[in-house]
Amino acid sequence: MKQGRIVLDQQARRVTPLAAGKLLLDNGNPLADQPQWLAPVTGTVYGVALNHRSLLDKLEADFQQPPYQKAPATPVLFIKPRNTHAGHGSTIALPTQAGKVFAGGALGVVIGKTASKLTEQQALDAVAGYTVVNEISLEESSFYRPAVKAKCRDGFCPMGPWLVDAAAIDPLNVEIRSYLNGELAETNHSRDWLRSVPQLIAALSQFMTLQPGDLIIPATPLRQLEIRPGDTVAVEIPGIGRLENHLIAEESAQ
Amino acid sequence: MPRRAPNETRPHPPARRGSYPRSSGDDDHSVQLADGRRLAEDAVEWLPPAEGTVFALGLNYADHAAELAFKAPTEPLVFLKSPATLTGHRQVSVRPDNLLYMHYECELVVIIGKTAKNVSREQAMDYVAGYSVCNDYAVRDYLENYYRPNLRVKNRDTLTPIGPWWVDRDDVADPANLTLRTWVNGELRQQGNTSDMVFDIPYLIEYLSSFMTLSPGDMIATGTPEGLADVVPGDEVIVEVEGVGRLVNHIVSEAQYAARQVQSA
Repeated sequence: MKQGRIVLDQQARRVTPLAAGKLLLDNGNPLADQPQWLAPVTGTVYGVALNHRSLLDKLEADFQQPPYQKAPATPVLFIKPRNTHAGHGSTIALPTQAGKVFAGGALGVVIGKTASKLTEQQALDAVAGYTVVNEISLEESSFYRPAVKAKCRDGFCPMGPWLVDAAAIDPLNVEIRSYLNGELAETNHSRDWLRSVPQLIAALSQFMTLQPGDLIIPATPLRQLEIRPGDTVAVEIPGIGRLENHLIAEESAQ
Repeated sequence: MPRRAPNETRPHPPARRGSYPRSSGDDDHSVQLADGRRLAEDAVEWLPPAEGTVFALGLNYADHAAELAFKAPTEPLVFLKSPATLTGHRQVSVRPDNLLYMHYECELVVIIGKTAKNVSREQAMDYVAGYSVCNDYAVRDYLENYYRPNLRVKNRDTLTPIGPWWVDRDDVADPANLTLRTWVNGELRQQGNTSDMVFDIPYLIEYLSSFMTLSPGDMIATGTPEGLADVVPGDEVIVEVEGVGRLVNHIVSEAQYAARQVQSA
């Protein structure tokens, strides 16, 4: 089953898909127009950096040098705070004086149960479902300090439109396709992740309790898909959905 | 002097200004609820004073940076915390087993009161609603040189007590001149003054709002001065910011914490 969150009459409401792109509202009525979508979750969004081989392979030599000295031993995590959360179809303002901006096509793993100190074998029991995420970032030139300036800008974490039930997806076999202005621009696959979804849930839940509605972004690939004002960027995962957003310049948003 | 403590019991509604009980103002440490009831400080379950995004500063006191053998940064070293790590006044914090070094950090917390984007430092204080106190514990054994300090060091369950009070901005005459103190088992271990911040409150609001929007309820933990020390199960740790509050916390072991969880379930 799929569900999404929209704004109707200034209230957050749930919708499910009908045939031919139509939507069914939570009160049983079909929705006539395309709605304003919200992110499908409202919890904490945790991202995992340095979990994609395309990136790890490139940095292998750097890891042995200052300031890193050695490769990371545990998952490298970050938070996408609430000001970054956005829905399908939202317009995202990009800074024009802060260097290049990159898309980050990714899976979103949505937690369904309070999860503390789970084993890898128990981990998937805590998953409610999956969604599509675009983890937008400025260039990742260093991994030494938390990337707040690069990753925590307003609207830099669109998610959705759909939250798909856990049973519909195998998180060990997910293909993520990113499109720039309608053209397929990048494909990445869960087999290229260093740690799998169950391994990550187990590792995170060892030291912090995950709550229903929290979301984990297991990996983003090497930043190659630059996005600019005027572009339309889409991330698609077969079986989950297609997340599309339009980009404008920050100055024109103010 | 309006001071607010969280509601009495969980589950609680989102913190809203004006919805909290107040200090009775007496020296007996009692709190007064919105309905007039007066309760002892230890008869309520204390929660964090607000529920927004939590920012924390590393190396924001020159003396502390020197203590850690770091040059003070040229740009604020900011990291984020999630609700998972937050807890309230008079709660416990868990020291993981088999550690060499876990330390407290006494910090002044700034609570944002208005939506802030591209705010200049001259206007920054208009966006402050109030202040609180936090103890930003860190497990140094887990430090790695990636997004340092990472979540495993700084975002562990129970390791960020915040509170007890939300003190209105206008009740603190000069936030840039407040004494910070930490006591472990009654012994003064850390002392500093907010005048020694590398990046002061107006600068931090200008900096963060230059690239992201701050919202009411967001909190900025502004960093800690020198005087860190290891804490172990059984320790009582009190962090205090002059005129803002005195936050009490006890360290427990993993086994003690698990036993408490079973008991309260």
